[in-house]
Amino acid sequence: MSEHASTYQPKSGFEKWLDSRLPIARLAYDSFVDYPTPKNLNYWWTFGGILSLCLGIQIITGVIMAMHYTANSALAFDSVERIMRDVNYGWLLRYVHANGASMFFFAVYIHMFRGLYYGSYKAPREVLWLLGCIIYFLMIATAFMGYVLPWGQMSYYGAVVITNLIGAIPVVGPSILTWLQGGFAVDNPTLTRFFSLHYLLPFVIAGVVVLHVWALHVVGQNNPTGVEIKSKEDTVPFTPYATVKDGLGIVLFLILFSVFVFFAPEALGHTDNYIPANPLVTPSHIVPEWYMLPFYAILRAITFDIGPIPAKLIGVVMMFTAIVAIFLLPWLDTSKVKSMRYRPVMRWFFFLFVVACLGLGWCGAQEPAQIVFKFGADKLGEPTGINVTTVAQVLAAYYFAFFFIIMPWIGLKEDPLPVPASISEAVLAAHAKKA
Amino acid sequence: MSEPVQDGGTLDPNRRDFIYIAAGAGAAGAAAMTLIPLIGQMNPAADTLALASIEYDLSKVVEGQQVVVKWRGKPLFVRYRTPKEIKEAQDADWKALRDPQPDSERVKPGHEKYLIVVGVCTHLGCVPNFGGGEYGGWLCPCHGSVYDTSGRIRQGPAPKNLLVPDYAFLTDSKIKVG
Repeated sequence: MSEHASTYQPKSGFEKWLDSRLPIARLAYDSFVDYPTPKNLNYWWTFGGILSLCLGIQIITGVIMAMHYTANSALAFDSVERIMRDVNYGWLLRYVHANGASMFFFAVYIHMFRGLYYGSYKAPREVLWLLGCIIYFLMIATAFMGYVLPWGQMSYYGAVVITNLIGAIPVVGPSILTWLQGGFAVDNPTLTRFFSLHYLLPFVIAGVVVLHVWALHVVGQNNPTGVEIKSKEDTVPFTPYATVKDGLGIVLFLILFSVFVFFAPEALGHTDNYIPANPLVTPSHIVPEWYMLPFYAILRAITFDIGPIPAKLIGVVMMFTAIVAIFLLPWLDTSKVKSMRYRPVMRWFFFLFVVACLGLGWCGAQEPAQIVFKFGADKLGEPTGINVTTVAQVLAAYYFAFFFIIMPWIGLKEDPLPVPASISEAVLAAHAKKA
Repeated sequence: MSEPVQDGGTLDPNRRDFIYIAAGAGAAGAAAMTLIPLIGQMNPAADTLALASIEYDLSKVVEGQQVVVKWRGKPLFVRYRTPKEIKEAQDADWKALRDPQPDSERVKPGHEKYLIVVGVCTHLGCVPNFGGGEYGGWLCPCHGSVYDTSGRIRQGPAPKNLLVPDYAFLTDSKIKVG
């Protein structure tokens, strides 16, 4: 809360001396000890802390690996293999870094869906939401460039496909593509610039995270009721309540993390990336990392031209629109009620949206022509029916309808349930019901 | 702050405005000029730009086969087409295709059996697989674009036909590309 007055009391002489020169201990105390948090926060609220930890893990393991990695198209693949085989604990650091990226996205998706369900993007938290969207976008860029660095087949063709998206822009696209790749194909200049930016962007993310937390502390946390804090009755201090709750969330999260690192380190990767990059042969089935599959499915779902606009351009535009829609959310939702707990119609559209996102992710991993729902067979005995592309088109249509039609329209039409007068009242009512 | 006063003692507010605007414009111009090297360094370097042309001996390719040659960092498909493949390419109703082009524009006269194209899918740059797809040309593994035996786009998201590079026959069995 912005009105929250500082209660920090410097005790020792040194603390008093420092406090009058740089009140950094006061800032930390007011932000992470005495900070009032809504007393009804559930475990979906622990992912903010988990995400900070993820960023820390990625930066530490990444900086260490940069000491052993060589950013050169002739040497990169071998230097990564050397990290895996020869460098002390190199295998551990690399598996933590590679799986850490997946865990980071897993946590960020839960964090985003939580914000979506409980209306955490609505006034006065629009800037907080936008900063979060910027972080997510930077995460995608960073993860993509990091995936290129091992210079395996998936790295190489991932870089080819994604940079070629830019080539779809009319007129200037090809020039920008050449500028981006530093040549007429993805090659050594592309690798070296990706390495430079992959090292830089996490620190940019850390900077935006500071703004994100700052914005959070100005407007205060949202909570499962979506009702703003009205009195001291509604809150508990950050320490010990939120720190301990976040701590338990982090422990459970690290257990899952460890299961991947130690028991299934390659489960989320692609074996083709252990083949050195070969510009002359594309692997028979290329797919991006799992956390980008829904957007990849949207890109592939556009197989038709609209008038003079080629399918390629529409696909690229739709894919970027899918991300832009998340930025626009605060202004697309017309409902006055924040939490979907009290929005009986909208919450079903929300659950359907989660299913659509997962479905798009599944479609992104399949061959486009594969038949999903079989209806008989053709003359050659091949099954016929609805293929992956059609399913992806339906799901993509729902994805966009959710943001641009359902969100604005349901908000105006829906009769929300009665919203509790305060957080405190909602908590007491829940206790009374249990008793 | 007092208004600037000229020697003659008359007020001249325009003089200070001029200094502000000139200084601002100068700073903006200098900042823009700084961007030229900062952005320009990402364009292809001189060594990358040094154009390479290659010669290739077609007698190494047998009928029905495709050889992939590296040219300017990209794969170049050199395909010796069978009579059936040539006939299919020539008989197709090319005017109805997405990127309409007759087979005769894509090969050299008298050398119809050789099709030489840049092996980069015009969708997002993957290397299409030889012989895949229902037209017997190529199938792109990334997003399912299908090309015929003339390298023309027939199905899928790619907007253009496979690019035919500039090349010439030096002898009946030798070409120079680029």
